[in-house]
Amino acid sequence: MARSRDPDKRPRKGLSRRAFLSRGAGLAIAAPIVTGTGLPAPQGAAADVKILGPGKVPVTLRVNGKTHSLNVEPRVTLLEALRTHLDYTGAKKVCDRATCGACTVIMGGKEVYACSILAVEAQGKDILTVEGLSASGKLHPIQEAFIEHDATQCGFCTPGFVVACKALLDRNPNPTVADIEKGLGGNLCRCGTYVGIRQAVLSAAKTMKGGRTDA
Amino acid sequence: MRAFEYASPTTKEQAVALLGEKWGEIEVLAGGTDLLSLMKDDVAQPKRLVDIKEVKELQGIKYAPATGLRLGALVTMQELLENPAIKKEYPALAQAADGITSPQIRNAGTVGGDLCQRPRCWYFRDGMGLLAQDAKGRPLVPEGENRYHAILGNSGPAYFVNPSSLAPALIALGASIRIFGPKGPREVGAGEFFVTPKTNGEREYVLKPNEIVTDILVPPAAGARNATYEVRQREALDWPLAAAAVALKMSGARISSARVVLGHVAPVPWPAPEAEKFLAGKTVSEQVAQDAGASALRGAKALSQNTYKIQLAKVAVKRAILRAAQGRV
Repeated sequence: MARSRDPDKRPRKGLSRRAFLSRGAGLAIAAPIVTGTGLPAPQGAAADVKILGPGKVPVTLRVNGKTHSLNVEPRVTLLEALRTHLDYTGAKKVCDRATCGACTVIMGGKEVYACSILAVEAQGKDILTVEGLSASGKLHPIQEAFIEHDATQCGFCTPGFVVACKALLDRNPNPTVADIEKGLGGNLCRCGTYVGIRQAVLSAAKTMKGGRTDA
Repeated sequence: MRAFEYASPTTKEQAVALLGEKWGEIEVLAGGTDLLSLMKDDVAQPKRLVDIKEVKELQGIKYAPATGLRLGALVTMQELLENPAIKKEYPALAQAADGITSPQIRNAGTVGGDLCQRPRCWYFRDGMGLLAQDAKGRPLVPEGENRYHAILGNSGPAYFVNPSSLAPALIALGASIRIFGPKGPREVGAGEFFVTPKTNGEREYVLKPNEIVTDILVPPAAGARNATYEVRQREALDWPLAAAAVALKMSGARISSARVVLGHVAPVPWPAPEAEKFLAGKTVSEQVAQDAGASALRGAKALSQNTYKIQLAKVAVKRAILRAAQGRV
């Protein structure tokens, strides 16, 4: 094809004003908008997915039957939210790595490590901490049994153990010693009060028989 | 833990669109029992977490005798453990889940997460990288604190052991892993899912940074006797020192064919074809099981501190075979 002498008909190196404007408009829409962490904002299939954080976001937690609203960053764990934002200091921060059980709470009916769940993920679920066991100042039979059988020494692991025992007895109201050892396999006691704990669970199971004493 | 942004998609298409092309920048959150610990130790420093727990299609256990088992990636270890069909048809899987001796971990931890958890190697967890090398690129593990490291597949550069509880059983049972990414679904054999990384930036599995595990498919056991046996230091929460999973196809009292896969002994789950060959045509006895253990570990090579693991792995193979043959759960 012969090259046109007319400059207006020659292919241009740059962009025409019209093309620039139209592409510019397109870019404005498709331009990667970044999120608060500098990542490209979600596009395509994920365009409507809400990105929370990295700053504080509103979080609602239902703890021991009470609803709490708080503002925390997504990096705040359930354990940190309970302890430092809501003053439920029963669950303890010990290993903070999902291995010791001191932070055990019951979430949605199941025992979990509160250190390894984010507060934002725990929304909409019923959370039970050790504080929720002793309603109106009266100790739960498991707590009574821990005292009775001297199942604590330094006491730091105790709230986690008590909550893990509650979950165990909810699931298996009449456990054998082997069931107890296995059912509490996710909790550690550095003082070595395991003998007392075993006895406490057996005796609490007896007390609680014939009617669950859920808090 | 460093600050990050959080997204909770409800479809797998959304989930992969929220992921990135580069490892480390964006991580997938499911049970959180591994990832959040890595983040607290600064080993993982994602800028975004994509929480996949609200992607409902990744849930659920389905079993039919004709088609086998389908586990959604979000099935928890506890759900797997409590499933009667799995207990009956795939005891190797139930026994592997039962080896995770913390109810708290089993309630939160998922089967997809079990496959994708990072190695428990303390060099890695201490921030020295997956391959734990000094400034000159020399490996620290072979002459270092290696009592829990690999005894097979350990000629370098990786010396860690694959931490998955389910992988040996899944491979022995002929399972496949379904993956979803921007280009749609793909499927790989459970054995091909794991790879030995050559550089620190790689991962131990074939997933790309913008892919997720969606399902695990296990073909019908079709009467194959299967079992897992783990050797752990403690009865309570601990990762095994050695484990073995076996699946034995029987013809009467004889083994017609066998799959033997070791766990926690190599950077990937470690199939033992020598033991499989040895077992074919044999009738199970304590001696046969013991000899199979010996042939499975023939290629093992201890590092400076882990000779003991060779014996433990032999025993794991032996006991897995005997457990499978007895059909005891």
